[in-house]
Amino acid sequence: MRKKKYVEDTRYKVAHREALIGCGLAIINILWWYGFAYGLGSKPPGEYTYILGFPAWIFFSCIVGFLVMVLLVFIVVKFVLVDMPLEDTEEEEEVHSA
Amino acid sequence: MNWEVVTPLLVFLLIVFFVGIWSNRKMAKSDSFLSDYFLGSREFGGIVLAMTMVATYGSASSFLGGPGAAYSIGFGWVLLAMTQVATGYFVLLVLGKKFAIVTRKFQAVTLIDFLKERYKSKAVVLLSAGSIIVFLFSAMAAQWVGGAYLIQSLTGLSYTAALFIFTLSVLIYVTIGGFRAVAITDTIQGFVMVVGTFILLIAVVVSGGGISALFADLASENPNLITPYGQDGQLTALYISSYWILVGVGVVALPQVAVRAMSYRNAKSMHRAILIGTVVVGVIMLNMHLIGVFARPIMPGIEVADQVIPMIALEVLPPWIAGIVLAAPLAAMMSTVDSLLLLVSSSVVKDVYMNYIKPTASDKQMKNISMGFTGLLGIVAFLLAIQPPELLIFLNLFAFGGLEAAFIWPLVMGLYWKYANKQGAIASMIVGIGTYIVIHFYNQAYGDLLGVHTVTLPVILSFIAFIVFSLLFKKEAYEFPATSLKNA
Repeated sequence: MRKKKYVEDTRYKVAHREALIGCGLAIINILWWYGFAYGLGSKPPGEYTYILGFPAWIFFSCIVGFLVMVLLVFIVVKFVLVDMPLEDTEEEEEVHSA
Repeated sequence: MNWEVVTPLLVFLLIVFFVGIWSNRKMAKSDSFLSDYFLGSREFGGIVLAMTMVATYGSASSFLGGPGAAYSIGFGWVLLAMTQVATGYFVLLVLGKKFAIVTRKFQAVTLIDFLKERYKSKAVVLLSAGSIIVFLFSAMAAQWVGGAYLIQSLTGLSYTAALFIFTLSVLIYVTIGGFRAVAITDTIQGFVMVVGTFILLIAVVVSGGGISALFADLASENPNLITPYGQDGQLTALYISSYWILVGVGVVALPQVAVRAMSYRNAKSMHRAILIGTVVVGVIMLNMHLIGVFARPIMPGIEVADQVIPMIALEVLPPWIAGIVLAAPLAAMMSTVDSLLLLVSSSVVKDVYMNYIKPTASDKQMKNISMGFTGLLGIVAFLLAIQPPELLIFLNLFAFGGLEAAFIWPLVMGLYWKYANKQGAIASMIVGIGTYIVIHFYNQAYGDLLGVHTVTLPVILSFIAFIVFSLLFKKEAYEFPATSLKNA
């Protein structure tokens, strides 16, 4: 059933890199979210500055933070992720048209 | 009964119903019943994949419990909810192509198929199937209750009658349509959610006299509402940050989410789904929780948090638009329940029955058993939900955390660490679930241990257990097979 000698699937290299990119995105997301929320939101509410009606910490952490992540994800999807076949070549495809 | 509100809901239920029928007809043409019923023949494109992930993940807690909490706690809860943006990209990138390639090699239809082939251990399979059945069943019952409450508050029917309608509408399309019906209805439901949250947010802001006025009202009622610390200053930065594990990155290990990461057609679908999923989950979470807080100055004094969204929708929107908007939380619950139902069914039928009780069952037998068991599970959930437990969001999060603690390391390490072995996986699952339950009760009695959410320590401890036991019983490095296993 299984071959004794193993050839590392070259697709795995790319897959491993993309998984690390996912972790990287999450770390950027957490730092941005935390930095703006508690950097700007820790002072007394009376001293808050407002942007477009929102207190600055909410505006930057929740709203801009989300938009920044969408932009980063767009860049990653568009320029970094690699298209590759997921099936093994000798396997007949089980795909039906949607 | 308020027909102007109910009619759009009925139309919505009918559409969902016909999708189930259509999927059933399509399934008749597929070569493998199991792969089609539990995985939709791996044919989903980007939009369907993104929507089904978001809709499965976004549940009653995103649409009722979460905004309700934001209503009482303020912007601290909005901040907490935004940790969920990560689910949009993290799951698909981290499980990623490795998971897609490997599960195709293994011919895996469920998450447990993957674990079974990777660890070659009956104990791993039975432990995983057991925890899926126990934890997801309680999550499912909680959603069942939420769905019934929502129908009850909109129609004025009795709770049991509302529960019956909810059960019937979900059961029919899941039982006959399988995964394809679930994914396609999830897509419709996802669109309804996105559009619904925008309409409601705009109506709420207009009704409150603009964003600045809303913030001024909130600040004059209680300035803590607009800080990240909660209405009584009770939320520490550490506590909120620990939600990154529960509802952010930990979601990778939820079986109902992970199974979707093996359902897509090709790499392009996955790329598209990452972008769409991130946008959709962020929009829904941000909008719904903003609505929750903004509802406070408009309708002060709502006592039951879960009713904030239905009440504010009926207050600020014309009835028929409210009906469309309130199809969104209903959609969210249906789309979560349907996936859980199918997943629990697959754990029993595919992972336990077919693996260990009757491996020789024919395709036709499997079909009858799968559909019959899915239907039976729904009925049991219905019966349990007649005496509903009170805290919806609580039960739901309990199931989330328990499963994450059980599965995160066997799944992630199994994919990426070649020395991961069955002893590590078993130890990790036992430690994860065991400490989760212990710490859960400790936190209930004495307050949060170390000031973090219950899930945090079990995830760390199960990681340590995984590494220690894997190395203790160290064998050779595991290598994924170079070619596909035939007919697993």
